[in-house]
Amino acid sequence: MTATLETPAAVSDVDAAVTLSGVRKVFGHGPAGVVALDGVDLSVAPGEFVCLLGASGCGKSTLLNLVAGLDAPTSGHIELTTSRPAVMFQEAALMPWLTAARNVELPLRLAGLKRGPRREKASELLSLVRLVGAGHKRPHELSGGMRQRVALARALASTLGSAEDGTPGLLLMDEPFAALDAITRDVLQAELVRVWRETSTAILFVTHDVREAVRLGQRVVLLSSRPGRVVREWSTVDCDEPAVIEDITTHLREVISGHAAA
Amino acid sequence: MPQLDTDLAAVGAGLDALDAPSEERRPSLRKRFVRTAVPPLIAFALLLGVWQALWALAFWPEYQLPSPGSVWAAVVEAVETGRAFEVLWTSVSRAVLGFLTAVVIATPLGLLIAKVRVVRAAIGSLLTGLQSLPSVAWVPAGILWFGATPATIYFVVLMGSVPSIANGLVSGVDQIPPLLPRVGQALGAGRMAAARHILLPAALPGYLAGLKQGWAFSWRSLMAAEIIATSPQLGEGLGQYLHNGSALNDISMVIAAIFLILLVGVGIELLVFRPLERAVLRARGLTGAL
Repeated sequence: MTATLETPAAVSDVDAAVTLSGVRKVFGHGPAGVVALDGVDLSVAPGEFVCLLGASGCGKSTLLNLVAGLDAPTSGHIELTTSRPAVMFQEAALMPWLTAARNVELPLRLAGLKRGPRREKASELLSLVRLVGAGHKRPHELSGGMRQRVALARALASTLGSAEDGTPGLLLMDEPFAALDAITRDVLQAELVRVWRETSTAILFVTHDVREAVRLGQRVVLLSSRPGRVVREWSTVDCDEPAVIEDITTHLREVISGHAAA
Repeated sequence: MPQLDTDLAAVGAGLDALDAPSEERRPSLRKRFVRTAVPPLIAFALLLGVWQALWALAFWPEYQLPSPGSVWAAVVEAVETGRAFEVLWTSVSRAVLGFLTAVVIATPLGLLIAKVRVVRAAIGSLLTGLQSLPSVAWVPAGILWFGATPATIYFVVLMGSVPSIANGLVSGVDQIPPLLPRVGQALGAGRMAAARHILLPAALPGYLAGLKQGWAFSWRSLMAAEIIATSPQLGEGLGQYLHNGSALNDISMVIAAIFLILLVGVGIELLVFRPLERAVLRARGLTGAL
């Protein structure tokens, strides 16, 4: 019952939120250069939730940095039809001198939004992540899960703040729940799915947890390591979850054990 | 599934209540007073007691070790004649003016050193070296260049405080977690906006430490300059007052001057820098040292 897409489904899709074609990234020069990504083709539809899965060294984070525009590919193209993508990291990375509300306001402030609408938008986003009463608190007064939710609200502010004219948002998440305890992670995964449904933002979510990928994503993309390439994709909509998890795990193990010989 | 949704909200709220760090309760005003003001007062009283005892034992002649009472009398006399205020005003206004000028010079200098690699390589270690150079060393050169004028005094103050402030800012910038500027970039901050909204506020604790040290250095440098460079043109600051006491062989006056110099140093620290530092660190949850 595994739904496997042998060919990447939407590469030629013109309406895609993000399209990566033949993306290659080499760090360093000459023979000492390390190929992090090689010939990556991937597209994410507007409002789609895609999980990127892979072991260490598969260039997941590199890929996100390229899409976020924090780094440039060595060759290949990245096309975005969305507003500026927002990035969420493993750490919340909130500004410790700003309150939660001010942290959410920061991207709006950088975008030049006036104070009134800025406040309004920030409190709207804080209530979306269920932090209505915590806007006046400083990061050190919040729990890890609350901080990560403030970071989510801030990321949404940065991608939706520039999307008033109807361009879809794009959220890039780099193992955002990896540093949280299991109970908090479980709750936040459910919250993320809820927020995703309410905002219809496209999400590119990087993880090394197969269960998390299958639970959250509509599509799971497995990357190989050193260099990172797309190995295979699974659609997880209406699938038999345990079977897909097992299938993906098998493939992931194959990819990893391929490195033992080398 | 609305039922599931409310369940999730309840679980989330429960987790927040359990996981959020409990708010620290500030002790009452009286308790804080007892904790912060009483120990230094006791230490001061002990010091006075030892001094009085040593004086009473008469190990040293009176012109070397005056009694606390006669020093107090010198202070009271200086206050009653208004001389103390004139002297204090001359010195403090010089120090503040010199310090503010140093801030204006050192802040862009520090940012340049912190952010431009060539500048750091060129003058970074020179600046650190200047910090360890006693600023008294600049007094003879200053007198040769500018004569015994206020220019000499300000020159010495600047040479003392600019390196400290700039170095404080450099280390403040160096200690910013690298993730924060990256987040700023991801949120769409340009170079100027990043400096204004992320770099400077993130470097504020280090910058404040630099300012505090810069103030201490400008006060010290000022005293050194005033003690060595005395002329009618310069008026009478605390340093000259101390110098005069020494010239008159009046040990009570000398110790009274030292007492006043200390008073200003401690006063500015307690009234300006301590509250500022406390507010900045408390806002960031760095309350360990306070």
